[in-house]
Amino acid sequence: MINLIIDGVKVQAEEGTTILEVAKFYGIEIPTLCYNAELTPYGACRLCTVEVDDGRRTRLVASCLYPVKEGIRVKTHTERVIKGRKMILELLIARCPNSKTLQDLASEIGLEQVRFKMENEDCILCGLCVRMCAEHMGSGAIGFVGRGKKREVITPFRMASEICRNCGACMYICPAVNLQCRGVNSPGALCNSCLIITPQCLEKYGQVMCSQNSCGACVEKEKK
Amino acid sequence: MKKIRTPQDLVTLRNSLLKQRDPNKPSVRICLGTGCRARGSIDVLKAFNDEIEKHNLEIQIECMQTGCHGFCERGPVVVIGPKEFFYQQVRPQDVAEIVSKTLLNGEVVHRLLHIDPVTGKRAVYEHEVPFYKKQTRPVLANNGRIDPTNILDYVAIGGYQALVKAITTMSCEEIIDTIEKSGLRGLGGGGFPTGRKWRLCREALGAIKFVIGNGDEGDPGAFSDRSLMEANPHSILEGMIIGAYAIGANQGYLYLRAEYPLALKQLQTAIDQAREYGFLGNNIVNSGFDFDIKINRGGGAFVCGESSALIASIEGKMGEPRAKYIHTVERGLWNKPTTLNNVKTWANVPLIINNGADWYAKIGTAKSKGTGIFSLVGKVNNTGLIEIPMGTPLKQIIYDVGGGIIGSKRFKAVQTGGPSGGCIPEELLYLPVDFEKLNEAGSMLGSGGIIVMDENTCMVDVARYFLDFLQNESCGKCVPCREGIKRMLEIITDITLGKGKEEDLELLQELAETVKGFSLCGLGQTAPNTVLSTLRYFRDEYDAHVIDKKCTAGICKNLIEYFILDGKCTGCGVCLKLCPQKAIQGEPKKTHIIDSAKCTRCGICRGACTFEAIMIKSGVD
Repeated sequence: MINLIIDGVKVQAEEGTTILEVAKFYGIEIPTLCYNAELTPYGACRLCTVEVDDGRRTRLVASCLYPVKEGIRVKTHTERVIKGRKMILELLIARCPNSKTLQDLASEIGLEQVRFKMENEDCILCGLCVRMCAEHMGSGAIGFVGRGKKREVITPFRMASEICRNCGACMYICPAVNLQCRGVNSPGALCNSCLIITPQCLEKYGQVMCSQNSCGACVEKEKK
Repeated sequence: MKKIRTPQDLVTLRNSLLKQRDPNKPSVRICLGTGCRARGSIDVLKAFNDEIEKHNLEIQIECMQTGCHGFCERGPVVVIGPKEFFYQQVRPQDVAEIVSKTLLNGEVVHRLLHIDPVTGKRAVYEHEVPFYKKQTRPVLANNGRIDPTNILDYVAIGGYQALVKAITTMSCEEIIDTIEKSGLRGLGGGGFPTGRKWRLCREALGAIKFVIGNGDEGDPGAFSDRSLMEANPHSILEGMIIGAYAIGANQGYLYLRAEYPLALKQLQTAIDQAREYGFLGNNIVNSGFDFDIKINRGGGAFVCGESSALIASIEGKMGEPRAKYIHTVERGLWNKPTTLNNVKTWANVPLIINNGADWYAKIGTAKSKGTGIFSLVGKVNNTGLIEIPMGTPLKQIIYDVGGGIIGSKRFKAVQTGGPSGGCIPEELLYLPVDFEKLNEAGSMLGSGGIIVMDENTCMVDVARYFLDFLQNESCGKCVPCREGIKRMLEIITDITLGKGKEEDLELLQELAETVKGFSLCGLGQTAPNTVLSTLRYFRDEYDAHVIDKKCTAGICKNLIEYFILDGKCTGCGVCLKLCPQKAIQGEPKKTHIIDSAKCTRCGICRGACTFEAIMIKSGVD
């Protein structure tokens, strides 16, 4: 067993498990988008980034990929982490404003504004469908095509796939398209209508203060 | 062909080669590196061959092609032995004179010598040229002395001695100790201690291991890997074979950028020849050690220069990086322990084995040992391939080796490390070039491009250019890199178009820091360096663009206007005829006027005006 500290709590974990798995086991919530316990971790959304201090230096790592090591100290909700997560969600909402999954995560973390020009994409390119198709359905009918901003999920050569069985697993696992945000705000904007569901903590501290639903709303310090 | 089986075989071969080669025989060495080729050195080589044939001098004069000499600014470069006269910008019509005067009579053709633009002194020999005088070139020294397509040239200058020495007299541990003691670090930009990497790979569990040479150099303005691969491919192979022996690998891969056809040709020839002589293949130098190298060509993706993306590409997968929390020395290519080094790092290995760790450790600074190979480009007088000891101040590189800024322009910034590096301002020119100091200044050593910029460069536009490059070259896997670079580019483009708002700069800073901290691989983590460093050192230029809507350098088209100076315009009408927008009006012999509403700021008129009458103004004065 490997000993480590997550958010100040001494925990034990088996060798080979990732920080995210250990945190989940101990009930510490870390937000994710491209992670699914049944699929190979991919490390694309970067929402699960946490701070790891291995005794030599503190650095940001993707918790879904980082294997636990003896003696590391993990902080899942530092100010730096929350700031980055907010920015990632801001970037994602600017790309896909109509996804309820994204809007909910944004409300939870307390994102108040989107400062980029709004686009109207559906896909967040998390790759869950690609991995689902290849790893669980044994098909591999879809994959990523293109680089950078031209990247998309598509069948080879954009033709109807002969190996796709129309099983729908890709649609089942998609976190972005299935649930559309039907908030009071006009489509294509930051919604925050569901904000009332999770009451926001008004007091601000430098670190996460509760272990129930670690949204991180209490983390950011007041702006000077 | 007799294979080299014992150390004695190599000595015999070398001695017989040296016996055949008279060092006092007149010789011509013509640079056929990419830079000189572009300037017509193939024609010069042909002219030499024709001229020598015409005079029936084939036996008396040796004519050979070499790789890049380094002084690309002054190509085609020709060196005449045995006295080593250095001729520059040689054209085919100069050849007859060189043969009759220099080769036959030993006289110097003065008009082909290099003139120092500062002192006006002519340099007769290569070592007198200021560009070379200030350099230390252990790795590049042989570029101009050997024909890269001929293994015997490499053997004649002492090549493959290090390999034979390492395999026959040193244990694997001793080799790794030597490399570790020398302080050699990864010259691809990462700067990881090479010896430690080898040791970790050697100690990693697994019977099958791999070595990889990274020749996927893709930075705009960098050509140091390319020149080395084209000019001295055997030095890279020799380093890789020694490394493979030390680590216990039996297969090596050379990953080559798709756009380097000449490097591919030279390396493939070199590999074939090395196999012929038994330096590659089974039972190398009768030691029982088997090793071979395969070349993999890239598909044109910049991100494949990143080690894990490169490995994915060799495996036949999409060229995407993965998290390296488990290092490639433990699980790399096909999940086997893999040592990946840049080709420049590999080329240093034979030198260290031959000369010893102490010799190497003496060059450079306390933490960065040895020499750095850089491509010096931009607005300097002497562009080219340079090699200098680590720790040389930037100022010395730009002014002594580079010969200063072109024309009477003022220096503005120097960009090191390509798109991943940052822009360093004049007040930091004292900075020594090593891994740590450049990192502290917000830049990095990177793949070895040094781009010098003068006062006519707009730093906001520079940041925009590199972001545009990275936006297309990001693999798009992780959100911060894909979306973040896109948005940074969006903000900066708005600024250059005069649509920037003050709060944009704050957002830009915040976004850049997120991309740096949260991205998956080195590409994303270093992508914001240009933005962060220009924001740090050239904030006034951003402010001028955003607040005053001014581009002081006169680059951003939406923020500038062209106008014609009253006193200087002679009314010749050249600009009027050339203007594609018909934006210039005027009568002959009277000052012309540019209609700003029609003008697209293409700059054709300015380039054509011989009276320097067309000026740029920015902002409302």
